[in-house]
Amino acid sequence: MSEPVLRVEGLSVVFDHPLGKVQAVDDISFALAAGERFGLAGESGSGKSTLALAILRMIKPPGRIEAGEVKLGNTGLADLDDEGMRALRLARIALVPQGSMNSLNPVLRIGGQIADAFADHGLRLSRGEEEQRIDALLIRVGLPGSVARMYPHELSGGMKQRACIAIATCLRPRVIIADEPTSALDVVVQRQVMATLARAQQQLGAAVILIGHDMGLMAQFVDRLGVMYAGRLVEVAPIAEIITRARHPYTRALIAALPSLETRGALAGIPGLAPLLRDLPPGCAFHPRCTLATERCRIEKPLLRCVDGAEVACHLA
Amino acid sequence: MQAAYIARRFGVFLLIVWLAGTLNFFLPRLSGQDPVRTKLLQQAALGGYVQGGIDEMTREYEQRFGLDKPLWRQYLTYLEDVSRLDFNYSIANYPRTVRELIADALPWTIGLLGTTTLLSFGIGTLLGALLAWPRAPRWMGWLMPPLWALHAIPFFLLGLILTYLLAFQVPLLPIFGGYSAGVAPELSWSFAWDVFQHTLLPGLSIILVATGGWALGMRGMMVTTMGEDYVVLAEAKGLKAPTVFLRYCMRNAVLPQVTALALALGQILSGAVLVEVIFGYPGIGTLLYQAIRESDHFVIQGIVFTVIVALGLTTFVLDVVYPWLDPRISYRRS
Amino acid sequence: MMRGALHYVRRNPSLVVGVALLAALSLFIIIGHLLVDTEEARPLSVPALRPPSSDYPFGTDRQGRDLLAVMVVGTPLTLRIGFIAGFLGVGLGTLLAFTGAYYRGVIDTIIRGIADIGLTVPGLLVLIIIAVSIKRALTVNQMAIVVASLAWLYPTRTIRAQVLSLRERGYVEVARLSGMSGPGIIFFELMPNVLPYLAASLIGAVSSAILASIGLEVLGLGPIDAPTLGMTLYWVNFNAAMINGWWWWWTAPTVIILMVFLGLFFLTVGLDEIANPRLRRSV
Repeated sequence: MSEPVLRVEGLSVVFDHPLGKVQAVDDISFALAAGERFGLAGESGSGKSTLALAILRMIKPPGRIEAGEVKLGNTGLADLDDEGMRALRLARIALVPQGSMNSLNPVLRIGGQIADAFADHGLRLSRGEEEQRIDALLIRVGLPGSVARMYPHELSGGMKQRACIAIATCLRPRVIIADEPTSALDVVVQRQVMATLARAQQQLGAAVILIGHDMGLMAQFVDRLGVMYAGRLVEVAPIAEIITRARHPYTRALIAALPSLETRGALAGIPGLAPLLRDLPPGCAFHPRCTLATERCRIEKPLLRCVDGAEVACHLA
Repeated sequence: MQAAYIARRFGVFLLIVWLAGTLNFFLPRLSGQDPVRTKLLQQAALGGYVQGGIDEMTREYEQRFGLDKPLWRQYLTYLEDVSRLDFNYSIANYPRTVRELIADALPWTIGLLGTTTLLSFGIGTLLGALLAWPRAPRWMGWLMPPLWALHAIPFFLLGLILTYLLAFQVPLLPIFGGYSAGVAPELSWSFAWDVFQHTLLPGLSIILVATGGWALGMRGMMVTTMGEDYVVLAEAKGLKAPTVFLRYCMRNAVLPQVTALALALGQILSGAVLVEVIFGYPGIGTLLYQAIRESDHFVIQGIVFTVIVALGLTTFVLDVVYPWLDPRISYRRS
Repeated sequence: MMRGALHYVRRNPSLVVGVALLAALSLFIIIGHLLVDTEEARPLSVPALRPPSSDYPFGTDRQGRDLLAVMVVGTPLTLRIGFIAGFLGVGLGTLLAFTGAYYRGVIDTIIRGIADIGLTVPGLLVLIIIAVSIKRALTVNQMAIVVASLAWLYPTRTIRAQVLSLRERGYVEVARLSGMSGPGIIFFELMPNVLPYLAASLIGAVSSAILASIGLEVLGLGPIDAPTLGMTLYWVNFNAAMINGWWWWWTAPTVIILMVFLGLFFLTVGLDEIANPRLRRSV
């Protein structure tokens, strides 16, 4: 790819817990091209949200970034001081959280929550200009301008999510990280929100990292997909490849688990439970649940390597 | 919707007023007799205080609250009086009315209580918020244990301790009264300074104790608030630290604090009454103390009623102000 | 063993401090009763207004009482008022709380309404009205009853909230479905889970009751003849001991009251630490 807009290299995040060290993110590397849509899929507890926070350098004690680097363009984010990093958030890399939960300040109006982002990023606007820009932002995400004067509790889940998208795009960032933006919404609203996100991304030419666990949603939205398990990246490939020809047993199981509208039959799940991050099995983290596990899988941890056009971390690929 | 909320809170206020009057009427009569009547008759027989006045008062009282009147009629008469703020004369200080005495003492108490409550709440809340903030200066952490320990003791106890330290060992401040004996109250700087010196000890005893409580509460609330999703997003938005601290954390954490203030008013007042008594501060507390010693029932009842109503009014005002602080409230029926 | 104890001291200093203070007080009372002539707590027993000396370690007051004896006799009296009122208050409060929270409906609304409104009224004033209306001077036990009359308000509210949150839990449903009766559920399912909370409530109630009783006594509404801590302070105030420089008279009760409240406070905090590890102060 041409110069990637974001590069994550060997990123590892640990949490120091009295009962043991928790490896939330283990040696993750990937690159994001400008304007690309990259999906990051995995079950709960696989470390996806931690990765998002780590990219934004928002990991708090007892967590810490143990190793690795994040580069935005040519800037290594670890080299920036606190103020530099702060200025970069929202302006260069923006987060779209699960807004329908608790991500909006309950005592401030929506307009105010966009305005304070302007103010703290040095944008000097007159009252009228500010109102206009907020208005335009809201309309762009499909919300009426009157929303600016409302409080979060007056909005529905879908509206709150779109407000969060408006906030995330207000300073025209180059990278948008959307962390499970539709998890708490019903299907119809999900579609609207994803369409809004897609539109916003296209207008900005921004790259998007879509974090989630809904493979169906990924299939419809992303260009490339990374699959995470137990804090590790087990497969990275173009979405079409993954759907038709997944190489990692876990990915295959995830695809197989998707219910189909055409054929009828028993739902296929994945036996067993995801491992506790502080008590990972030796070797490949997936081997206890893998039908193809060999002796080697039990001992040696597989590394991510290229296998015709995709990256897989499996001894059997 | 806004009007309905205010109306409801006002209704609660009226209920409290009615309750105060009812308490004042029925509690003394629980033992079967009316202690006011007994006292008056006693005084009239013994020739106590100002004789002429007592006879007249007794006669009038007998007429309105005498035993020949049915209880419910006495009750209504009482409620009627009280709603006009007519608390009768002071038995001990005839011909002064209870209303006059209270009107003299009330400003002192409001002054002391008002300033100390505002100061301790303000300082305590701010301190508590800062203590929860990871980037606060180190030395602040040292303030916590003493404040914490202090808030466990009653106001007047600290008053006694402070008096020993600051008025005795080091004769720095006056021990007694609201202003120096022999000085007539007037509107001047020297008088104000005199008052200030006399208010310092009682004021400090309240402030030093109360601040710890508010700080502790606010710190707890801030810790909870700082873990909320909207604070995470605030940081992800690249907002400056003061903005996150004030607009996102404090603005939300302060809400339960204000509620706690409304609930604590009664306790604060009780504590302040005792402080006034210890220091001879010329407010409601000392008035009450003297009235108790003189069995001046009218004054006691008048004070109790006034205080309950004043607290009810303050609570009502806070209730009305609250939706302005928390926009979720006027839409939710609490 | 020693190391384990020291380790615990560091982890939960409040509990240790609280227990230490209360233990010291208890020792003072017990040993005091053995060593001191309690008769000298009565007026006119000893020469008046003597500063502390080897004869009278705490000095004497204006009415000729040996202050050491007064403290030894008076402290348990004050504590007794607190305990009786506290227990009664929490007992009644628990009963009302469970009734209201379990049966809901009109009963609950009434109970909660009374508790809420009752709490906005300053308790001391109501107690004053009650005390003033009682013709005869109060005995120590009567004081306790008077204080108890209001002591149930706060426990009712807090315990009710606790029971409400527990009521929705699964095991209550299971018990109900398996045919357990109302009171049965209350006792066997809900009560065990509320017990730790009740204990904390109890200490708080005792503390408030002691405060209320001292308040009444300082105002002169207490048992006139009893040498309780609050009454001692009343006499201190009455005789303007402060202005007259008889510092030993109010130092003794002040220190003891301080120990009582601080002891109870640290005990509460210490128990909270145990019951609620989430609230542990982070490093």
